Order: sequence, then structure tokens, then C-alpha cells
Amino acid sequence: MRASKLTLRHRRSLLGLAFILPWLIGFLFLYAAPLLQSIQFSFSKLVIEPSGYSLDFVGWGNFNNALFVDATFNRVLTDSVAGMLLNVPMILFFSLFSATLLNQKFKGRALARAIFFLPVILASNAISSAETSGLINLMGDASVVDEMAKTTSSYNVMSLVYMLSDVGIPIAFIDYIIGAILRIYDIITSSGVQILIFLAALQSVPGTMYEVAKMEGATAYESFWKITFPMVSPLILTNVIYTIIDSFAGSEVTDMIYTTAFRTQNFGLSSAMSWLYTVTVGIILVIIGVVLSKRVHYN
Amino acid sequence: MEASQAVKAKADERSYQMQKWRNKTVDVLYSLFRYLLVIGISFIIIYPLLLKVSVAFKDKADIYNPTIYMLPVNYTLDNIKMAMDILDYFPMLGKTVLFVLITTLLTAASCAFAGYGFARFSFPGSNILFTLVIMTILIPSTTLMVPMYLHFKSFDFAGLIKLFTGEPGVNLLNTYWPSIITSATAIGLKAGLFIYIFRQFFKGMPKEIEEAALIDGAGGFRTFFSIMLPNASSPILTVVLFCFVWQYNDTFYTSLFMSELQLMPLKIASLPAQADQLIPIMMGLGGASSIKSDANHVAMVVDTGILLAIAPLIIMYLLVQRYFVESIERTGIIG
Repeated sequence: MRASKLTLRHRRSLLGLAFILPWLIGFLFLYAAPLLQSIQFSFSKLVIEPSGYSLDFVGWGNFNNALFVDATFNRVLTDSVAGMLLNVPMILFFSLFSATLLNQKFKGRALARAIFFLPVILASNAISSAETSGLINLMGDASVVDEMAKTTSSYNVMSLVYMLSDVGIPIAFIDYIIGAILRIYDIITSSGVQILIFLAALQSVPGTMYEVAKMEGATAYESFWKITFPMVSPLILTNVIYTIIDSFAGSEVTDMIYTTAFRTQNFGLSSAMSWLYTVTVGIILVIIGVVLSKRVHYN
Repeated sequence: MEASQAVKAKADERSYQMQKWRNKTVDVLYSLFRYLLVIGISFIIIYPLLLKVSVAFKDKADIYNPTIYMLPVNYTLDNIKMAMDILDYFPMLGKTVLFVLITTLLTAASCAFAGYGFARFSFPGSNILFTLVIMTILIPSTTLMVPMYLHFKSFDFAGLIKLFTGEPGVNLLNTYWPSIITSATAIGLKAGLFIYIFRQFFKGMPKEIEEAALIDGAGGFRTFFSIMLPNASSPILTVVLFCFVWQYNDTFYTSLFMSELQLMPLKIASLPAQADQLIPIMMGLGGASSIKSDANHVAMVVDTGILLAIAPLIIMYLLVQRYFVESIERTGIIG
């Protein structure tokens, strides 16, 4: 037999390859190839023909169109990236906060946990689109829905703004907090998985650490910042990345890329847009990764 | 002298009692505050659900009754019946669940294979390949949308079909095949994440048990199936749960590949328009364009439809939710 002539190391290598083979085939033919094609499309004009499609090389034309000719792409891209970046700290804060809360012992904790993770199940684009279109249907048109959303939050925000600015908190920060309060439902529903990850991290912190801290006279506040926070800090990076990836699905840019391709049939422009989006997100991920990984405590 | 000592002891005792009392009050206040927070947040999460449940059983007579909050006066099952008719509920649910189950199982299997391969074997380029797995997690799937679409429009695996039949490939759009193929090859919906979860778990398992199996004469696949997999119940549970839920809710791939197959996510997204059209007909008013359905009634039926769509997920969740946290903890994703 030939196989027996191979050294053990070779055989192990082949076995490993056999295990990843399904993925490797899929990756090469259904991921890498389309990815390269997508780059090619972004530099071409693509016309669908009965027997496939034809490509016309147009250089940077599609990128030029996306960035400087298309009226809305610029705005949609910056808006949704900015929205994503604004959401990240709030989701992080909220999920760490909830995880700490759910990690404490109290009656009904199991029920509370079940409810807090419910959004993981219910976060669906289909449902949210059905809900908004139902509302649009009800109100006649979309602008009314916006108006209504503003008035039904029935809580007088301005009084809070005045109060906070009297205390001397900078206006930009107040804006951020108020924005968070008004979007509390979105934030809560999009932090299910993040809470789960933080909770798992919290439970892996050895209880003896807290006992020692308590005997040394540390308050709960101190032991949070000196023990809990450093111990879960590696997961902050994970959660930031997860939050960013999670925001792809419902983002406006995704919708726009989709409509550009399948409604207006401009496949080249759509590919160029998606690459611009990918590169933007990629740069942000790299910056966040570099900044955070330096500050994180690994044990 | 003694008297003053007695006084001091008494004072000490009193201050100790004060301290104890204060601590107790702080504890009680804190737990009150905690309950307030937990109940508040829980309320925000389940309020929309409660609202939908209340709407589902509400009669149309109650739509314009301003005194009703949550609990309807006239109960009815009409909304549920109507929503079920419009959605063609049970056949569609069966179809969707079958589809989601197949893709979930295939994804879990292929990702477990890949995860094990990356965790335990080092072959030339294994690190680079794993970096590529991470890359598939990070690149938005919209980037691949157009080429994937064209690819499955005339699907041809490595030119084989053209070689044998001379055709430029088969059109797989609007069949289940695109999703089945992508999940069997571990590049479907969020598959990179699942490979990562499996890899982290298998990396954390002690090497000794594998070595023992090897010494006892088990081959690589035998070791995997009879030693590793039975011990990997927690990552399997995690992956199956998440994959099921995400597939069930996914609109991106379903609308890209299977827009005509009438699966649950697409049906729900188009429910408002359909309800608007069909309700007058169902109420026996004919299909004339002059007859419009009441927008509030449509909204009621749409809400009921959404509730029907998520009901299977909620039931499943209630059954398995206590494994949720535990399994995530044990998968070692945090390590």
C-alpha cells in the first residue's frame, strides 16, 4: 500500500486536509471565485445575455459613479457607517451592564435571562420590514410614520436636555445619551448575542478573586473595575467585531446595493458599491482591532 | 473605670447594630433597584410580543374602542384564521422548517469537520486557510451577491456539466440547491463563525483522549465520530440553535436565490401588501378596486401573521433556552 509509505506527519496532514475538504471546495469555488469575479465586475459593465453575460472593461468608472455621480450613495454610506459606530459603544455598555446584572443571584434570574435573550430569536429583517410597511399602510406614507414615532415617544426630552446642560455636561454628549434613550428598543434588541458572550465571560471569572478582594476591603465598585472589567476585556474586542458584522444585515447600504443590482440591473455599479462598503468597514475593523488589542488584558 | 468601659462596650454594640442595619437597608434598596431595572428592560423586550398576542385575539369591533388597553372586550379567532389563510400557514411552515432543518444539519456537519480539521491538524498553509475563514466572517455578503447569483443562474461545477452535456450549466435559482450546496460546503450563512466556534472547542479538548484512541487502533475518522463528536454536544447545540434561528429569519439569501419559493421570511415581508389586497375578498366584498380594506384591520392581521411566524421559534426557544447560556459557556468561545 502506498499510504503506509507516507510518514506519520504526512498522513496527519492528509487527514487534516480531508477534514477541511468540504469547506475548501466550497471556499475555492463558491467564495474565492465569486470574490475575484466581484472585483472584476466592479471594473466592468455587465450585461446579462440569454447565454450568460458579457463584460466590458470600464476602469474606475463604476467607482467614480458610485462616489461622485450617484446622488445618494455617499450619504447612505457615511450615514450607516456613522450609525454603526455610534451604536457600538452603546450596545457594548448595555450588554456588559445586562450581563453583570444577570450574573448576580436573585429570584427569577432564569426567567430574566430567558427574556433578555429573546431578541436573539426575534431579530429578523422580515419581521421588521413587515412591521414598518404595516405602519406605513396604516398611516398613508412613510413621513407620517417618522412623525408619529417622534410624538409617540411621549416623553418630554427637552426637560432632560435642559437639566443635563445645567449640570454642565457638554451638549454633544447629551445628544448622544438622548439618542440612546430614544433608541433604547433597538439597542436592547440588538445586544442579545453580546450579552450572551459577556455573561459566559463573567461566569468564567474565578469566584476566589472576588473573595480575596472582599477580604482586602474592596467595595463592589472597585472589584468591578479591578477584577471584572480586566477579565472580560478580551471579549470587548469580540463583541465590537460581532456588533459591526451584525449591522451588515439590516444596513441601508446593503439594501441599496441589492436594489442597484436587481432593480436597476446595474451589476457593475453594485459591485463597486459593495467593495467600497467592504473596504470602509475593513479599515474601521483594523483600526478598532489595533487600538483595542493593545489595551486588552489577556491572562 | 469599669463603668466607662461598660458604656464604651454599649456604644460599640450600638454602632455595630447601626452598621448592620445600614448594610441591610443598602442591600434591600439595591435589590429593589435591580428588580426595577430587570423588570423594566424585560418589559421593553416583551411589550411588542404582548401587544401582538392581544391583537391576535381582538375582534374588529374593538379596533375603534379607545377604552381598550391590551385586553380585548370581544375575543375572536378570525384574525388568526385570516392570517393563516393568507400565509397558507401550515404547508408553508412545513416547507420552511424542512428547508431550514436540512441546511442547519448540513452546516453543522460541514463546520464541525472544518473546525476539527483546523483545530487538530497542522498541514502546510493551515494558518493561512484559517485566516481565510476569519475573512469570510468579516466580508459583508453583499460583496458576493452578484457573482453568486450569476453562478447559480448557470451552475457548473468546475466545468463538469459543460463537459458532459455541452450546456452552459443548470439554472439552480428558485430551487433549494443553492442553499443546500453552500451549507454543505460550510460557506453558507455565518458559517465562518460556526467553524470558529467548533475550532475553539476542539482546541480546548485534551489531546490525550485522541492519542489513546490512536493507540487503540482507531483511524482519524473513527476518532472523530466516536470520540470527539459525542463530547462536543455543547458547541453542536450552540451552532444548531443559532443556525436554525438565523436561517429561519434570513431574508438575504432567500430573496437572492429563492424569491419564488414562498418560504416564511419572504412571505412575512410581503404580508402587508397581500393582506391589503385579500382581506376585502375574504370578507366577501368582492375584488373591486373601489373597495379598500380598513388599514387598522390590515395592521391587525399583519401583526397576527408575524406572531404566527415567530411562534415556532418561541416554542423551540422555551424548550431549549436553559441550554443556551450553558452551551455557550462550554464552547470555549471566550477562551
